[in-house]
Amino acid sequence: MALLVPLLYKYVPRIHTGWFVLVVPIGIFLYMIELIPMIAKGKILVSSVPWIPSLGINYSVYVDGLALIFGLLISGIGALVVLYSVYYMSKKREALHNFYVYLLIFMGAMLGVVFSDNIIVLYMFWELTSIASFLLIAYWYQRKQSRYGAQKSLVITIFGGLALLAGLILLSVMTNTYSIREIITADLRGHQLFLPAMLLILIGAFTKSAQFPFHIWLPDAMEAPTPISAYLHSATMVKAGIYLVARFTPVFGGTIEWFWLVTGTGIITLLWGSFSAVKQNDLKAMLAFSTISQLGLIICLLGIGSSLYVTTAVFAALFHLINHSTFKGCLFMVVGIVDHETGTRDIRKLGGLMSLMPITFTLMIIGSFSMAGLPPFNGFLSKELFFTGVLEASKLNMYYLDTWGIVLPILAWIASIFTFIYSMILVLKTFTGKYKLSKYEIKVHEAPLGMLISPMFLAILILLFFFFPNTIANNLLQPAMSAILPGLLDGVGIENNIKIWHGWTTEVFMTLGVVVVGMLLYASLNKWSWIYEYLPAKMSFNYLYDRGLVGMEKLASQITKKYMTGIVRDYLLYIFIFFVLVVGGSLVLLNNFTYHPADNGSVSAYEVVLMLVIIGAAVLVMLTKSRLTAVIGLGVIGFVVAIFFVIFRAPDLALTQLVVETVTVALFMLCFYHLPELGKETEGAGFRTANLIVSLGVGIVVTLVAISAQSNALFDSISSFYEDSYQLAGARNIVNAILVDFRGFDTMLEILVLTIAGFGVYSLIKLPLHRRNNR
Amino acid sequence: MKPNDVILQTVTKVVTFIILTFAVYLFLAGHHEPGGGFIGGLVITSGLTLLYLAFDIESVRQGVPVDFKIVAAVGVFIAVATGMGSLLFDSPFLSQTYGYYNLPIFGETELATAVLFDLGVALAVVGTGVTIILSISGDA
Repeated sequence: MALLVPLLYKYVPRIHTGWFVLVVPIGIFLYMIELIPMIAKGKILVSSVPWIPSLGINYSVYVDGLALIFGLLISGIGALVVLYSVYYMSKKREALHNFYVYLLIFMGAMLGVVFSDNIIVLYMFWELTSIASFLLIAYWYQRKQSRYGAQKSLVITIFGGLALLAGLILLSVMTNTYSIREIITADLRGHQLFLPAMLLILIGAFTKSAQFPFHIWLPDAMEAPTPISAYLHSATMVKAGIYLVARFTPVFGGTIEWFWLVTGTGIITLLWGSFSAVKQNDLKAMLAFSTISQLGLIICLLGIGSSLYVTTAVFAALFHLINHSTFKGCLFMVVGIVDHETGTRDIRKLGGLMSLMPITFTLMIIGSFSMAGLPPFNGFLSKELFFTGVLEASKLNMYYLDTWGIVLPILAWIASIFTFIYSMILVLKTFTGKYKLSKYEIKVHEAPLGMLISPMFLAILILLFFFFPNTIANNLLQPAMSAILPGLLDGVGIENNIKIWHGWTTEVFMTLGVVVVGMLLYASLNKWSWIYEYLPAKMSFNYLYDRGLVGMEKLASQITKKYMTGIVRDYLLYIFIFFVLVVGGSLVLLNNFTYHPADNGSVSAYEVVLMLVIIGAAVLVMLTKSRLTAVIGLGVIGFVVAIFFVIFRAPDLALTQLVVETVTVALFMLCFYHLPELGKETEGAGFRTANLIVSLGVGIVVTLVAISAQSNALFDSISSFYEDSYQLAGARNIVNAILVDFRGFDTMLEILVLTIAGFGVYSLIKLPLHRRNNR
Repeated sequence: MKPNDVILQTVTKVVTFIILTFAVYLFLAGHHEPGGGFIGGLVITSGLTLLYLAFDIESVRQGVPVDFKIVAAVGVFIAVATGMGSLLFDSPFLSQTYGYYNLPIFGETELATAVLFDLGVALAVVGTGVTIILSISGDA
């Protein structure tokens, strides 16, 4: 489908490309809906396509409750976002084909992450989401801020991705499998690689999910178009980290390190995110920090839930995951509408839109109140469960929780107050107050209906989830929980009926406290906002990141200048010295040199003569003062090697060598025309001695390697495997059977490299010429 | 100044077709005899190079109006696509198969999917080779 988009964009310009794209996520979503009843019964779907079977890398698809929730979110929110973007992105001004191609790439990659059973495939899709995100953030690449944000997100998430790859490899080393299902059933506790693997995987998850202190990329990612921010940076991509934490909870959960790392990072992120959100003036930046804090909340709950005693926490995490996608998606779209219809997102400019945009106002209220955790919206339910989770955790008698546990509910409560404050700012500062015409650059009016459909849909979901929470609880959350906490739920069948009213519990009093304190603090916002001024700019992680980047660039360019002299001869020298040191060194150090003359065949007179010819030609090339003679000498060497192939009965090789030699000589002749006369060598004796040493070294090492390769048979000769090539591949020519049948992958990559090299030569030669002509 | 090599041009006119025919033979024979996509492609390249040497680039370009950069790209695409194609039949990436069919003129003939892959290889080699030669010689 992604391939079709550019064509559609070109040939059907009158219809917005988004309508065609819309088919994809809707189709996937409907398919997922069909799967729900089956998954709810505890069934797990598995299907596998071998990809590189010899390495054990198969493209296995694996659908369980956890993957299904994410699949539904990705396709469902995806469909709404595409619908929304049809109205948001102008088909006249924007490069829509790029936009939708990137979006579809991302959607596919994200589905790949959650459904893949193979960790290598998972990693591949994981990085693909980073790249798609990079492309989408830099979508308005003319803007400096867009490029900055895109680079930042790429640097941070790819750094995390590499850590993740290392962690996954450690896991597969420990369990000797690439399959996630097999990894999570293995008991790895006590293995010496357990802790490193855990740390590496957590870095991967935390960078992706913008956890403290890796959160700094998310606000900058808001330079992307709003539909993208709604989709990638709040509803789906950032949740990949949550998926990862949830997915590997069976492996790492229940250990004290995992508990404190995950819970601690989560709660700090929650607190810091909500605290920072209050000081933002840009609506989207505020939502970005609020996303950070809500992700922290979910991670924190997963951490608490990993202790195997607080199942409520895992339940709350999953429930909040869904709720967050609904209300944050809705809020982003609403903010996008405000931006689109007023031309600004600055709350210092906005105000008094209530009467002009009544529908948008209603949607904003629903979204923000849900985020603030007020009834009758779904955020209320999951926030109550969150309080229950932290309260239960603080009563636990393990992991030092008896001493430190009380910190968790207090921090959670403070963070909730800030969440309440910024939710209020979103609503009140934008829509109430006096409407001042002079502040807006364009005429303000209500958004077109099509743009309102998607957020309306989400708003309805917010209400539905509040009144009928147990429907999703039973059908979606239960199977996902058994995926996160396997074994625990066998036969027990936990009762997780979400109730709207529990009676006068601690949670209710906490919510009341949040509302009261939040109101007071919001009213006195001007009086205490000075504390934000006290945070010096130099202390922030953003500052560190910027400084680090500049420093690294400087260092890299300094080092590069030292060795990139622009002289090919120097580069060759590096390569040869490296080769001699590494290969020759390992030959000597590992004592691998062997020589068994007994296995050698006899040497015939032809071969001796040919050998002498080659040596003579080589000496000629070295000593000649004329380039033409040198080229001819090289040609002689090549053709004699071809004759050697004939003698050793390798007609394929001989043929190839002959043709290659012919073409190369022709090439030489062409280049020859441009080259200056071979001048007298002006370099001193020291330089020539160095060259002599290096070339002697290369020659000796190659000879030694050839001799010991001949005498060192570590494996059985593989030729016996190819003897039945006629049965296996129907080819009587073994060389060719190897090229296309047995080692087809090599050949494919070879021609790829060849073509890239060809284009490289082409652009090297053609482009400067082009520029010269222009001048 | 236009070089006028009557002998070279006359010989080339004849020889090029022999070379190209030989190249096609090599390409098709590859599965059982020496040859195959790589060599076939190289021989085609050398034949074309001969043409370019004997005549000038412009007149050959009129006779062979092909953009060799595109040829190379198409070649790589074919090679990758045949690899992907095997996924459709539930086999691993790049698996090849073959069978014997009774074709009208050729009689009992072996058709192998490897030939398709080889075609991609040959096109990539020809495209790249000629592109390099043309861009270097075009710099004059």
